[in-house]
Amino acid sequence: MYKMHLLVCGGTGCRATQSKQIEENLRAELKAKGLENDAQVIITGCFGFCEKGPIVKILPDNTFYVGVESEDAAEIVEEHVLKGRRVERLLYTDPENKEHISDSKHMGFYQKQIRIALRNCGFIDPENIDEYIARDGYFALGKVLEMSQTEAIEIMKKSGLRGRGGGGFPTGLKWEIAYNNKADQKYVVCNADEGDPGAFMDRSILEGDPHSIIEAMTICGYCIGASKGLVYIRAEYPLAITRLQIALKQAREYGLIGKNILGRNFDFDIELRYGAGAFVCGEETALIHSMEGLRGEPTVKPPYPAESGYLGKPTNVNNVETFANVPVIFLKGHEWFSSIGTAKSKGTKVFAITGKINNVGLIEVPMGITLREVIYEVGGGIKDGKMFKAVQTGGPSGGCLTEKHLDTPIDYDSLLAVGSMMGSGGMIVMDEDDCMVSIARFYLEFILEESCGKCTPCRIGNKRLHEILKKITEGKGEPADIERLKALGNVIKDTSLCGLGQTAPNPVLSTISNFEDEYLAHVNEKRCPAGQCKALLKYEVDENLCTGCTLCFRNCPVGAITGERRQPHHVNQSLCIKCGVCLEKCKFNAILLT
Amino acid sequence: MSKIKLANHTIQIVKDVCAEFENKEGELINILHQVQHKLGYLPAEVQEAIAKELKIPVVKVYGVVTFYSFFTMVPHGENPISICMGTACYVRGAEQILDEFKRELKVQVGESTSDGKFSINCLRCVGACGLAPVVTVGEKVYGRVAPNQVKEIIAEYSNKNVTDDV
Repeated sequence: MYKMHLLVCGGTGCRATQSKQIEENLRAELKAKGLENDAQVIITGCFGFCEKGPIVKILPDNTFYVGVESEDAAEIVEEHVLKGRRVERLLYTDPENKEHISDSKHMGFYQKQIRIALRNCGFIDPENIDEYIARDGYFALGKVLEMSQTEAIEIMKKSGLRGRGGGGFPTGLKWEIAYNNKADQKYVVCNADEGDPGAFMDRSILEGDPHSIIEAMTICGYCIGASKGLVYIRAEYPLAITRLQIALKQAREYGLIGKNILGRNFDFDIELRYGAGAFVCGEETALIHSMEGLRGEPTVKPPYPAESGYLGKPTNVNNVETFANVPVIFLKGHEWFSSIGTAKSKGTKVFAITGKINNVGLIEVPMGITLREVIYEVGGGIKDGKMFKAVQTGGPSGGCLTEKHLDTPIDYDSLLAVGSMMGSGGMIVMDEDDCMVSIARFYLEFILEESCGKCTPCRIGNKRLHEILKKITEGKGEPADIERLKALGNVIKDTSLCGLGQTAPNPVLSTISNFEDEYLAHVNEKRCPAGQCKALLKYEVDENLCTGCTLCFRNCPVGAITGERRQPHHVNQSLCIKCGVCLEKCKFNAILLT
Repeated sequence: MSKIKLANHTIQIVKDVCAEFENKEGELINILHQVQHKLGYLPAEVQEAIAKELKIPVVKVYGVVTFYSFFTMVPHGENPISICMGTACYVRGAEQILDEFKRELKVQVGESTSDGKFSINCLRCVGACGLAPVVTVGEKVYGRVAPNQVKEIIAEYSNKNVTDDV
């Protein structure tokens, strides 16, 4: 038995900042001190607090070290493991009272969170099935196999769980439809093709707790009468793929998937199918075509996949996060699950909260929490003390919400009512420096690349929307353009074939309705209030404030700034590429943006 | 299509991969993943060879290759540079970083430098949003990149001495 466990975050973010090296150094240090039988180093999934990564957590005293570097390993082992003293300098500092906090449960970031889908992320070794089982893993499967299919589906329906991929369709009902369609072969598909740029919820679950998905898919297979499961996963997620493959192998060895699961007359196995980078494949029918080796183009529903899906057989498609909730519902009961959340949205939602926010990371909050609580309490407010401007939920299909929407409770229906949507869980916070017209253009660029081209409104309409937005950001807009955007946007919404096209104009329409002033400034005054649209900007030096420190001169990447030491400098407009480095570097506010 | 003849060992690689998936049409995407992994890219001639093995029209293979952003018909540079254009990186200035790379290397997105050393691509979300804006060169991840760091990153991979002009 180990007396102490050193958990090192092995999520993608922390891995990118040398958490692998931290792990190796910790092991080496423990060995050097002869402590390898007393303390164990475990690589876990994402802790969520990516802003402060890499993270090392020590059990049993729950010490949470942030911003750890590989050189810190020696001190952690020497001080904490050997002498039992915390390394104060690596503890999280409360931004308000500047005190060190050693236990993560007292941090603002974690206080309002309830972790159901992420229950094991950052807690267990995802590559070890025994750790999952020790946390009641596969216990729900055992329970379900003692029930009849309809009993189990009834529990899912009563739980009120709705699809977490964005649509919000009731999961139990979906299972029931698939169950009622009789066929010799049915399929369970897990949609792990997370395409929303700036969102990484599903990836973190697969990396941190792959067994929960395997267990849930097997439960679903039993309920609907399927013997085969497929995980459609992005090829760009190598770590998630590896961990899932390891987990599948272990589950097979333990007889938890395969033939006669847990001694019952029930067979179920899971295979992986790789996506190849197409946002539209998040749509069920497109995803199914892609799994069949075809172009991932959506088709008209009905027929729904539950009637005719993969290879023409009844297919139930659920997203990763939806599945991650399933085992807990059977373990703790549907009453417990439905006690969390609002009247029509039960349970929790995972968000990847990013952008201009202090605590970038992965969070799981109960439905019904307000945007304000998420941004200011969990997220720790806006970076660098700037002004909040907008929050974007729902990715390229969602909308930008503003100050007046901050007290909106987060649930499927409330977000729709204010012109955005739940989406898969991307939440991007923007501050006063972000230009809303540029943001709309950015999303449209994404849509242009990702539109499959099958239906005309989406293929051509979005291209026109993008052209108009580009024109406006280049200072060539005219007043009628705003009306054109609105009219065209609504036509695209009404006439596109699939969800991608039907929601594509949302970022444009929502920014027009919430930030019309900004559009007008671009069009009428040829001015970008946020100072982001390059064609509308000019960088100049204020001669009265410039001290001639040469800092801007030395940092300008194109040599557009000239001037002698201690003399006012000048910007050569023909060379300036408007990168903004001079403005950022100047300590005397002498760079003017006009 | 062109009349370039593939080397015998290249054809053999294609045949082996297709055989591994039992020459099944439904496995096309998996086959393309494998072949691209082995050859680095999927030029027209390779697509023809795959079509022949699977007994399907080339247009079907071409349709799939061009549909998915992961597949490429041109080889990546020796040091493939990817700039994350996910929304989180975008709002933290990824576009400026991209402009800087384009300017320094004098190539557009999806192109390689004439010496084959570098290529630039955009990708959507590395999942390291806490480090935005993010750039990857091969497997290595660079976080919180500032425009004036671009030169340094490129210099790290250039064998030639980069003359510092300041």
